[in-house]
Amino acid sequence: MASTETTDTTAKATAGDSPGLSGLEAGLDALESSATGRATFRQTFVGKILPPVLAVVVVLVIWQALITFKVVDDPTKLPSPGDVWGEVEDAWLEGKLLGYIWTSVSRGLLGFLLALAIGTPLGLLVARVKVVRAAIGPILSGLQSLPSVAWVPPAVIWLGLNNSMMYAVILLGAVPSIANGLVSGIDQVPPLFLRAGRTMGATGLKGTWHIVMPAALPGYLAGLKQGWAFSWRSLMAAEIIASSPDLGIGLGALLENGRNASSMAMVFEAVLLILFVGIAIDLLIFSPLERWVLRSRGLFVKG
Amino acid sequence: MATALAKAAEGAASTEHAARIEHVSKSFAGPAGQQLVLDDITLDVAPGEFVTLLGASGCGKSTLLNLVAGLDKPTAGRITTDGRPALMFQEHALFPWLTAGKNIELALKLRGVPKSERRGRTEELLELVRLQGSYGKRVHELSGGMRQRVALARALAQDSQLLLMDEPFAALDAITRDVLHDELTRIWAETGLSVLFVTHNVREAVRLAQRVVLLSSRPGRVAREWRVEIPQPRRIEDAPVAELSLEITEVLRGEIRRHGQH
Repeated sequence: MASTETTDTTAKATAGDSPGLSGLEAGLDALESSATGRATFRQTFVGKILPPVLAVVVVLVIWQALITFKVVDDPTKLPSPGDVWGEVEDAWLEGKLLGYIWTSVSRGLLGFLLALAIGTPLGLLVARVKVVRAAIGPILSGLQSLPSVAWVPPAVIWLGLNNSMMYAVILLGAVPSIANGLVSGIDQVPPLFLRAGRTMGATGLKGTWHIVMPAALPGYLAGLKQGWAFSWRSLMAAEIIASSPDLGIGLGALLENGRNASSMAMVFEAVLLILFVGIAIDLLIFSPLERWVLRSRGLFVKG
Repeated sequence: MATALAKAAEGAASTEHAARIEHVSKSFAGPAGQQLVLDDITLDVAPGEFVTLLGASGCGKSTLLNLVAGLDKPTAGRITTDGRPALMFQEHALFPWLTAGKNIELALKLRGVPKSERRGRTEELLELVRLQGSYGKRVHELSGGMRQRVALARALAQDSQLLLMDEPFAALDAITRDVLHDELTRIWAETGLSVLFVTHNVREAVRLAQRVVLLSSRPGRVAREWRVEIPQPRRIEDAPVAELSLEITEVLRGEIRRHGQH
């Protein structure tokens, strides 16, 4: 290493391929490479898990305090946390709780997968074909801001009170999000990657598969995440408006039943379960997926 | 006006020239009408030859490289290359969703190398750029110099007879750049590739090339050529390198001065 750092003649003569060069290179590599470490469990616990748990505890304490100190005295307006938990426990003991959740979640996920199968090729077409973008690009973005609950009445009239109608509402809510996410992901692909791909022979479908899709993955994932949120919202709207005994009782129908029975505890139970499922799907599926994609590309800076 | 861009090997041409650029002009639509960027460039790169294209900003050297790479078509003239050339950029252009090794393997895959041979060939290429053991490293875990070496290995994986390099070391620090000059010279000697290397750094051009081609600016024309007879391995500090660099720099400055006089 010393010999290549000085400018003596022996170093010159061997600079082409000397142990000095590879040693120098190894030194540079070691100096400039960044080590990436992962956070310890303790760090994760203190930084990520503890704060939301504390926040939930604070909300529960305030809620209980409102009841205990008789700030809100009317159980038909605000049931106590214990009453709501009682409802959940009853549903569990009757064996109905998982049924409620599964009815909605299975619908939501199936609808989401359908939306994925339609939204992905649609997004690709809009992003890659100029005429298609000019024709339906603005409509697709506009549809995103249309509340999907607006589709429930026409869907009921077209398809009747059945599962197809639920899926139709989910699709109309989620497909634009997924397609738009993919379009913006593709728009943000650095042109350098496309040029590099073309010199390597990745054009047409090969280019789409090997370069465009993986490069657009972060934007696409953001679209999927939003697509799921829209699927879940649309489904709840559909279940609340179009509850019918033939459809089985999902979480939306549970909420509607609670309202009809004037049972505020049941209403709270349903609202909390809907929230819980939304958060759980995000935490179990989308967040890890997103973190993995960003971390593997060196885009996720925090621990 | 001949606008044919013949990319296929043409028997005789492929043995005499790694790249043949004949009377190539290129203009772009600009705010003041058609703007001529390259004017009647004629340049041959012999098989195994190392040529640097030198010029100030606006001489269209990157445009010319894009034309040779087939990423764009000339307005007039004709470019013949032996197969599809490999191209290396100033930015490493490695795909961040793949590991270093997988980046190289993708080039092999797109070239149609069977799956069973790809891994072994990739390890060989990593060894050639002295990055053995970096197969599984992510792009962001590599230093700037390592990234450019992986990019070089990926370009070599295309198994092209002609390697085009667009200021590939311009963004690196001086120490790393010197090391990569040594590496490139070694790899060029080992592989027998033809290299067309674009730079605005005169010493770099002299350090590396057998022939330095100076382009004038706006529009780009071949202003002068120098054969560099200094034996390899050279170093950028060597007296003959510095001497020739000085001579070329004077001509280059003269070219640039002309633009101030309009």
